[in-house]
Amino acid sequence: MSLLPGALRRLATRGAETVLRSFAVRLGSTYPVDDDLFQLTDEQKQFRQSVFQFAQKELAPYAQEIDQTNNFKQLREFWKKLGDHGLLGITAPTEYGGTGGTYFDHVLAMEELSRASASIALSYGAHSNLCVNQIARNGTAAQKEKYLPKLCSGEYFGALAMSESGAGSDVVSMRLKAEKRGNEYILNGSKFWITNGPDADVLVVYAKTDPSKHQHGITAFLVEKNFPGFSTAPKLDKLGMRGSNTCELIFEDCRVPAENILGKEGKGVYVLMTGLDVERLVLSGGPVGIMQASCDVTFDYVHQREAFGTKIATFQLLQGKMADMYTTTNACRAYLYAIAKATVAGKLTNKDCAGVILYCAEKATQVALDAIQLLGGNGYINDYPTGRLLRDAKLYEIGAGTSEVRRLIIGRALNKEYGA
Amino acid sequence: MRVLVGVKRVIDYAVKVRVKADKTGVVKDNVKHSMNPFDEIALEEAVRLKEKKIAKEVVAVSCGPTASQETLRTALAMGADKAIHVEVDAATAEKMEPIHVAKILAKLIEKEKFDLVILGKQAIDDDANQTGQMLAGFLDWPQAMFASKIEPDGSTHLKVTREIDGGLDTIKVKLPAVISADLRLNEPRYATLPNIMKAKKKPLEKKTPADFGVEIKPQTETVEVSDPPVRQAGIMVDDVQSLVSKLREKGAIP
Repeated sequence: MSLLPGALRRLATRGAETVLRSFAVRLGSTYPVDDDLFQLTDEQKQFRQSVFQFAQKELAPYAQEIDQTNNFKQLREFWKKLGDHGLLGITAPTEYGGTGGTYFDHVLAMEELSRASASIALSYGAHSNLCVNQIARNGTAAQKEKYLPKLCSGEYFGALAMSESGAGSDVVSMRLKAEKRGNEYILNGSKFWITNGPDADVLVVYAKTDPSKHQHGITAFLVEKNFPGFSTAPKLDKLGMRGSNTCELIFEDCRVPAENILGKEGKGVYVLMTGLDVERLVLSGGPVGIMQASCDVTFDYVHQREAFGTKIATFQLLQGKMADMYTTTNACRAYLYAIAKATVAGKLTNKDCAGVILYCAEKATQVALDAIQLLGGNGYINDYPTGRLLRDAKLYEIGAGTSEVRRLIIGRALNKEYGA
Repeated sequence: MRVLVGVKRVIDYAVKVRVKADKTGVVKDNVKHSMNPFDEIALEEAVRLKEKKIAKEVVAVSCGPTASQETLRTALAMGADKAIHVEVDAATAEKMEPIHVAKILAKLIEKEKFDLVILGKQAIDDDANQTGQMLAGFLDWPQAMFASKIEPDGSTHLKVTREIDGGLDTIKVKLPAVISADLRLNEPRYATLPNIMKAKKKPLEKKTPADFGVEIKPQTETVEVSDPPVRQAGIMVDDVQSLVSKLREKGAIP
């Protein structure tokens, strides 16, 4: 960190400070989150602080390169660090190597990681929630024993495969077929847009065991990457979330042992739908983290940049935009934390999990656009992070259900309340 | 072996420090604070000594306002067994100097019997770099400042490596001793969620300077705190000749 000789560093009164602060400058400045506004407990505050430090030091310095190269060279090493930190199995039980935390803790982790690099945080969300949490919720003791410890430590990479090229929003129309043959199921078909697909060692895969029964013919399976007949296509070149690897999965007479059914045969749709509610809640930490990152970079920038002989932050038009960014970010955070707390208290609502991610995702795109505008010419250059924030934010209006599907869920729930 | 580690709550290293308008100090309200980075390193070393079964108990101590308890909770989450908070009000904390902290620690150590003290070599707020040295003086214990490596040497001594100009200085100190941690001693761990939860149940003892018979009477007076001078803009010269003559004018070359 320092090339200065030891004694010089010690004698120069500001030596150590300079070394540390120059390090901080490289990381970029951050705008603090006031945890007291949201009445976080002392432990929750400490946990955020711990994940913040970890993410800013171990992840944020690589975010730009990850985006530019669509690759995180140290992904596996970083996964081990997430494991050491207890973040991968954050909601998994401690007896299987998990941390035994709550969905609220998970939201905080997702938010702070996304603030540093939204793409790697998306991979983290797919691993820790879609894969680990689904196994923790639905797995048998033997399945949990076999897969959770390695998924929690970061030795294994996890994914979940639901969408297909012809079944996105209408996910229950999936066509991946699973036929029982003896003590095995033979899977044929493909899955598309699978986060962590290229890296995954273990995948939760939904397939039709009885296509005639439509959604009630869906079964969830645990597939290992080494199972015969399983392969992956090259990773996709995406607009944003670059470095969070996505690909197509191909199943050609892929043999999966019957003991690898997650939940019960034909009951996959319950695993899927209940999992989706929690998924929407936890992933909402993503857009909130992106909004916070937008505030981090923008508020500092406008208080440094000068025009017409004064800091541009003091112009009313810019004050207005800053105020909007700040207010929107905190409003989203307040809704997210309220629903996360309710969920921890046992009140999980389908309508509001959809509502949180619908609102946070659209606002994140808006706030990232504001960040670009406030940075002006620099906001449009890829040397600054604002373009990446926008491209990453847009994913949350599409992934884990589109905004349209989320509105449909909320609308239908309201209709139901009126008996319509 | 019982190890005492001093941890100070300071303005977070990543915060851009702003000077107060009246030039009496820096803005601390609504500014993120965290554990002094060198103290994190000191604590990490103590926890590692415990993990290697060289140390039996690690106690973290902090002198400062009520909010210092957050820093102590972090210390407990990082692996300290017990915390001691020597509480002073915010106004007194502003006036507290290394000599006061050293006196309090010396009394605490006399009372509670520690075999080793590890402190950060300096706090990044005042950069004083004095507490460790003064503490060793008050206790009449050997000191090993700016440690970059600490190893046991038998059961009565420690071998400490210090980074100095042009090389490494390895010294042997007899226990009990005072050590201060330099930047490269180790890389501190992060507090994990399970350890944060466990820390909640660990004891945090509350004391005041009066309990140690120490009066906080400042020896120095802050006259003024000001921003570093703004760098003056340079000028462009037309050619090498005018560059040379400008440099000569400034006395940079003969």
